[in-house]
Amino acid sequence: MAKYNYTAQDFKSDQEVRWCPGCGDHAVLSAVQKALPDVSEVLDYARERYVFVSGIGCSSRFPYYVNTYGFHGIHGRAAAIATGVKVANPKLSVWQISGDGDSLAIGGNHFIHAVRRNIDINMLLFNNEIYGLTKGQYSPTTKLGSVTKTSPFGTVEHPFRPGELVIGAQGKFFARTIDVEVKLTSEIMVEAAKHDGTSVVEILQNCVIFNDRTHSNITDKEFRDERVIVLRHGQKMVFGKNSDKGLVLNGLGLKVVTIGQDGYTLDDVLTHDAYEPNPGVHMMLVNMEYPNYPVALGVIRNVKDSTYDDNVRDQVLEVQRHAKITCVDDLLNSGETYDIK
Amino acid sequence: MDKQKAVLELDEVVIRFSGDSGDGMQLTGTLFSDASALFGNGVSTFPDYPSEIRAPQGTIGGVSGFQVHIGNKKVNTPGDYCDVLVAMNPAALRANFKWVKAGGTIVADSDTFNEKGLQRAGFKTDDPITELKLEDYKVVYAPITSLTKESLKDTDLDNKSIVRSKNMFALGMVYFMFDRPLNFTEHYFEVKFKSKPRVIDANKKVLKDGYNYASNIQAIANTYKVPAATSIPKGKYRNVNGNTATAWGFIAASEKANLPLFCGSYPITPATEILVELAKRKDLGVKTLQAEDEIAGICTSIGAAYAGNFAVTSTSGPGLSLKSEAIGLAVMTELPLVIVDVQRGGPSTGLPTKTEQSDLMQALWGRNGECPLVVISANTPSNCFDAAFMASKIALEHMTPVILLTDGFIANGTEPWLIPSMSQYPAIKAPVVPEGTTNYMTYARNEKLARGWAFPGTKGLEHRVGGLEKDFLKGTVSHDPINHEKMVDIRAAKVAKVAEYLPEQEVFGAQEGELLVVGWGGTYGHLLTAVQEMRAEGKDVSLCHISYINPLPRNIVDVFKRFKKIVVCELNLGQLANHLRMEHQQFNYLQFNKYQGLPFTIIELKDKFNQILGGK
Repeated sequence: MAKYNYTAQDFKSDQEVRWCPGCGDHAVLSAVQKALPDVSEVLDYARERYVFVSGIGCSSRFPYYVNTYGFHGIHGRAAAIATGVKVANPKLSVWQISGDGDSLAIGGNHFIHAVRRNIDINMLLFNNEIYGLTKGQYSPTTKLGSVTKTSPFGTVEHPFRPGELVIGAQGKFFARTIDVEVKLTSEIMVEAAKHDGTSVVEILQNCVIFNDRTHSNITDKEFRDERVIVLRHGQKMVFGKNSDKGLVLNGLGLKVVTIGQDGYTLDDVLTHDAYEPNPGVHMMLVNMEYPNYPVALGVIRNVKDSTYDDNVRDQVLEVQRHAKITCVDDLLNSGETYDIK
Repeated sequence: MDKQKAVLELDEVVIRFSGDSGDGMQLTGTLFSDASALFGNGVSTFPDYPSEIRAPQGTIGGVSGFQVHIGNKKVNTPGDYCDVLVAMNPAALRANFKWVKAGGTIVADSDTFNEKGLQRAGFKTDDPITELKLEDYKVVYAPITSLTKESLKDTDLDNKSIVRSKNMFALGMVYFMFDRPLNFTEHYFEVKFKSKPRVIDANKKVLKDGYNYASNIQAIANTYKVPAATSIPKGKYRNVNGNTATAWGFIAASEKANLPLFCGSYPITPATEILVELAKRKDLGVKTLQAEDEIAGICTSIGAAYAGNFAVTSTSGPGLSLKSEAIGLAVMTELPLVIVDVQRGGPSTGLPTKTEQSDLMQALWGRNGECPLVVISANTPSNCFDAAFMASKIALEHMTPVILLTDGFIANGTEPWLIPSMSQYPAIKAPVVPEGTTNYMTYARNEKLARGWAFPGTKGLEHRVGGLEKDFLKGTVSHDPINHEKMVDIRAAKVAKVAEYLPEQEVFGAQEGELLVVGWGGTYGHLLTAVQEMRAEGKDVSLCHISYINPLPRNIVDVFKRFKKIVVCELNLGQLANHLRMEHQQFNYLQFNKYQGLPFTIIELKDKFNQILGGK
C-alpha cells in the first residue's frame, strides 16, 4: 500500500530552471524527481525529511528546483555542510549535489573525509569534466591533453577517477550512471537512498556549451550497448547489444571476452557481487575505461558498515546511560570544588 | 616545621615555577594554585609555555613557566613580577630572571648548574649569578635532583620516573616557604593515582622530603604566610580556566535554549581545549565533530544550525582567516552561530602560545561584501562563561553569527569562580517557526529584525537558503538591485539593533573626571588593578572596559564625554581605538599599546596614566 502517493510533481519547486537548453542536468533533475516518490514509499520518508545541499557550480543550483528543504552552500563545502545537517538531525534524508570541480578540486578534502567517515548522505557527483559556471576551464577530471580555456595547449595533469578516489577513501557505496539514462539513474537513486552510509553516485553528464560530447564515445545510442556494462548485484557481468560479451578474471586483471568464442562460456563470466567488502574487483570495475573496457554503470560497490551519524548517536546514548552529570548545574558543581565560609 | 624560623605575614605573593617543558612546571604551578585557592586565598595564574612540546632539553627555547599570584583578597592578575622564582635549570633562570622583583628569592636546582647545563643556557662563565648581576638576590641553591633520587631510592620506581618527581620536591620546598598545608596535594595524588598506591606513596614522600629539606636549611631564613582572604564572597568555588568556562557557557546556553549543542572544530592552539572540554560532555548530549580542517569546522556547524541545532565553532586567528568565507555564508543565510576566536600573537603562525588582541579588525571586517556581525569579548577566565552565554543568546535570539573574542592569556589562565546557579541565567528564546505555520516567508522578520528559523523535518515549511542574495521577504534568489540595497541595509540594521538589548556600559571609579581608561577583553585584570591602585593614591582615573564591541553599548558616547581624556589600552597597534574613531570620531583617543605576546604590567600602565595626568 502506498502511503504518500507522491509524484514527481510534488518535488518540483516554483523556481524557473535556468540551466542551458540541452544541459545534462535537466535529465538528472528529472530522474531524481522521479526517484523520490519511490524512495518515500520504500523508506517511509515524508517530503519534509529531504534536504538537498549543494556547493557552487551549475549543478549546485539543483536545490532551488526541488520542493524540499535545501541549502545552497559555498564552493567546495557541500560535503561539510551536509555532514553538519545529518549529525544535527540524523532523521533527515540528506542529498548532496556537487560537480567535479566542487567536490574533487576545491572540496576534495571534505569529499574524502565524508566518505571515510561513512556519514549517511547521498552524494550526487555531476561529472562533466569541465568548469561550466566559470565558462570552460579544465577540472580535476578533464582528460589528459584536453584543450580548454586554461589549457590552450592541452592539459598536462592526470585526472582523478572518482570511483578510485572513493574506494581509496574507504568508500562503501559507489555507483555510476549517465545523464541520458533517466530510468537507470532513478533506479540507482533509490539504491543510494537505501544504503546506510555515504553513497556516491557519479553521473557522467554532458556540458552542452563548454565540453559537449565529452562522454559521447560511450553515451551515443548507436554504440552505447557495446561500450557500457550495467552491473547488477548477483547478475553475470555481460554486455553488448546481444548480451554476448562478458568480463572474466584473467590473471590479476579483467578481460573482455565474447561468449562462445575462444572456449569461453557464460559460466566463465564473473557474477557481480556489490556486497563484497574486499575492494579488489570493485576497484578494477570502476577503473574500466573505453576503448579497452566497457565503462561500468550501476551500483558497483554496496557494502554495509557502521555509519558516522549512528556512531555519534550511539556514543551519546551509551554515555548518558551511566551519566552522573545530567544538567549544567551538575557540571558546574562536579570535580574539585571548595567552600569559602 | 622548624619553630625557630620566623613567619612573616604578607598581603600577597607571586611565585613563578620554571623549568624544561618536560619538567612538569604547569602541573606544579597548578597544584600550588589549587592548594592556595582551597586554603582561601585569592588566586590568579598564568602559564607561559613554548609552542614546542619538547624543545631541546636545557635550552632557553624549551623553558616552560607558570606564574601564580596569591593574596589575602581577590587578585585580578597573575602579577607583573615574582617574589620567588623556582628555576629547575640554568635556562629557566636565564629566561626568567628579569621577572623577579629586585632582591627576590630564587630557588635553583644546583644539580643542573653544571658545565653542560650552563653552556646550553648560553652562560659564558660558571657563575650565572654574577653574570646576570643577581648578587643582591636571595639565591637558594638546592641539589633537587640528587635529593629526589635519594628520597626515592628505596622505591621500585625506575630511574626516569624518580627524576621526573623532582618537581614535587621543589613544590614541597615552596610549600614550606609559604606555609601551605600539604593535604590538598596529597589528596590530589590519591585521586590521580588511585590504582597505583606505590606511586601515591612515592609522590607523598618526595613532597614531604622537599618540605622538610626546606625547613632544615639555613638558606631559607623565614617563611611567609598569606592569610586566607576575608573580603571574598562566601560560597562554593572552583578554579576554572577561560577555555573550560567558554565551553561550559555554550552548554549552559544550549540548556537554556532547549536546543542540542553542536560544535564542529579543528584543533588549534590556544583554542583546542574548548573542543576537548565539549567532547567530554556526551552526558549532556553535546555533539562534537573534529573536522578535517578549519573550513569544515565552521561549515559543519552551519549545516547543523540550518538543521536546528545550536551550533558553535572554536578557533584562533589563523583559523578565523580560513573561516572568513563561511562566516559570510552564515551572515547571508542569517543563521545563529557562535565563532569563538582565542586570539594569539600574529600575523600568520606568529606566536601560537602567546597572547595578543590583534584579531579585532579581522573579526569586525575580515569578510567579502558588506558583512556585519556581532563581536563581543570576554574579560577574565571565569567571565568566559558569561561571555559565551551572552554570545549564544544574541546569536540565537537575533539570528546572526557572533564572534566571541577571548585570548591565550585568559584561555589558559585560571581564577577561583563562585559557582553560579543556572536559575540566575535568563531563558533563551530563538524565533523557531512552529509546525502548522501557513505561508512561511523565509526572510520575514520580527521586532528584532530576526528572521524565523524553520527546522528541516517540519511539515509544510520546506524552503531553500544559500549564499546568493535573497529576496527580502520570500528568501528566494534575487538579483534585483533595489532588493540588494535593501538587504545590505537590513543586515546592518539587524546587527545595530542588538545594542537595544544589551546592558549599558558601566564605568569603574568616578563617573566623570580627568582620565578614562578604555580597554576590552583579557586586559581587564591589569587595567582594573592599575586603576584601583591609582585611585587609592588619589588619582582621577576611571575604567571603561568594553565587552560589546559591535554594536557598541548605546550609552558609550555619554560615558566618553564625561571625561577630559581617554586612553585606549590594548595588546595591538590600536584596533579598538581605530574602531572607536570610526564610530565616534568626536573624541580624541590617546593610545597605549603593547605587542610582545605578553600581558600588560601594572607598573607600565600606571607609568603611562601618570604621564598622561601629569601632562594635562
